[in-house]
Amino acid sequence: MSALRFGAEPGRVTRWVILGSVGIVFMVPIVAMLEFTLRVGQPAKGVQTYGFAHYLALFSPLNESTYDVLFQGIVNSLTICVITVAIVLVLLLPTMILVELKFPHLRRVLEFVCIIPITIPSIVLVVGFVPVYSIVARIFGSSPWTLAFAVGVIVLPYAYRPIAANLASVDVVILSEASRSLGAGWLSVLGRVILPNLRRGIFASCFITIAVVLGEYTIASFLSRNTFQTALVLLQHTDPYVAVIFAVVALVFAFFLLLLIGRLGSTRRDRTSS
Amino acid sequence: MMMTVAESLAPATATSGAGVTPRRRTVVWLGLVPFAVYVVLFLAIPAVLAAGSGFFDESGAFTLANLAAFANPQILAAFWASIWVAALTAIVGAVLGAAVCFALMGTRPEGFLRSAVDSASSVLAQFGGVMLAFAFIATIGTQGLLTRWLVSMGFTQNLFSHFNNGGPLLYQVPGLVIPYLYFQVPLMILTFLPAMQGLKTTWGEANAILGGTRFTYWTRIAMPILAPAFFGSLILLFANSFSSYATAAALIDQGGIIPLTIRQQLTSETVVGVSNVAGVLALGMVVIMVVLMTAYSALQRRASRWQR
Repeated sequence: MSALRFGAEPGRVTRWVILGSVGIVFMVPIVAMLEFTLRVGQPAKGVQTYGFAHYLALFSPLNESTYDVLFQGIVNSLTICVITVAIVLVLLLPTMILVELKFPHLRRVLEFVCIIPITIPSIVLVVGFVPVYSIVARIFGSSPWTLAFAVGVIVLPYAYRPIAANLASVDVVILSEASRSLGAGWLSVLGRVILPNLRRGIFASCFITIAVVLGEYTIASFLSRNTFQTALVLLQHTDPYVAVIFAVVALVFAFFLLLLIGRLGSTRRDRTSS
Repeated sequence: MMMTVAESLAPATATSGAGVTPRRRTVVWLGLVPFAVYVVLFLAIPAVLAAGSGFFDESGAFTLANLAAFANPQILAAFWASIWVAALTAIVGAVLGAAVCFALMGTRPEGFLRSAVDSASSVLAQFGGVMLAFAFIATIGTQGLLTRWLVSMGFTQNLFSHFNNGGPLLYQVPGLVIPYLYFQVPLMILTFLPAMQGLKTTWGEANAILGGTRFTYWTRIAMPILAPAFFGSLILLFANSFSSYATAAALIDQGGIIPLTIRQQLTSETVVGVSNVAGVLALGMVVIMVVLMTAYSALQRRASRWQR
């Protein structure tokens, strides 16, 4: 970088002072979590001993009943993930493609509907979900997977954006007309032309959906369903160490999931520029 | 702007649908039904129930009596606490986040640094919730790393362990400010970085050619252009903090801010059902959110003018 700078770019020193100090401050809680999980017993004479006791305890059959709620919660959350992803793929995605192809004047309406859940706080929606779920429970029972219907709504804004961005960058109308005029049926237009072009948007929105579902707490706690997050809160009272271990793992997992999305996105840009 | 795009595409679809008979057209419409039904059942109905339930009493008759909740000093205090926590974390978060965006200018958008900052920001801004609460229990809770460190330094009655004569700072409403900043700063990075990215290098060069300094570049060009985006992001941060529930719920068992008061109202009822005071509080939140989002979209329209 030269000494002559015209635009908004900061100097090398300024940049690293800002990024470095913010980065360090943001690392403190993560480091504190790791330190917390490694503690063994109370400090004796001001000296804390460290070890992997809490990690090993996870695999001990003695504690099975303690962690049962947590493992059940994780299984429930994964089930909800699968169904929520299915809702995105079966309900949202076909509707978005259909609107793009046949009802472009409805695009704004669809966007508005999908953004609404950001405007309404989950805690407010919960007030309305309680009566709705008393009916849902009568039809489907009160098993945890039914939560996916409510979570699917919370996920809409996050799932909508990557697919919409992908749709905007690919001219599906012209692509489908081209393949139709070459004699393709609607099924092969969809399966062999449109979906392959939307692959990245679809992947990104599925990953974000998974991350949101794994982090969802508000709705699950009010509808009294046991999920990963509600189990963590319960466990925090009996075994805070294990709760923190799982919190770190979940944060790191979500970080890599999203890093993967970012990398997927940038490989696309590289390919179009070359 | 979006409308003109939609209109210009309309003729194209008209030609593709030229051979479609009216009956086929109805069949195509049916394709929109499943999603519409889902949205009505799980978004429209709950939203209407949430906002409307405040106007009905236990027996289901219309009433305005629940609105008296807004005169309750405890509920007013909770609204006030929600608002000041949201305002403080929004302002501090916006300034710090903007500083990080500034520091990221000129780095490669596809580079590893940006991807890492992006993903870390998304994780903290959107999925932190309960896990952020745990992180701060481990940092500034009674047995937290920083609290213990201060105690070992001789500060046995420090800021974190004894705040305002009410026990550990983290379990009181003012203590929420610290964990909240951990999702506010990342949200600011996510929303403000695209705007800063829109600053063209040519504007800086034009400024230099006309004899401007870096100071005039910031005061006369960059700041006026970024202002709508900055204030838009500020509003988004306020709304985000105002509606956030999970972090506070994992830290504080009583009320204190509005989402927690709604929890008290919902769980204090012996029978699980429509809670009417909760409905009124929900309506109050929605009114504030609608005002905020209207202001946000107005500012966003002004900001987007410079982002193409």
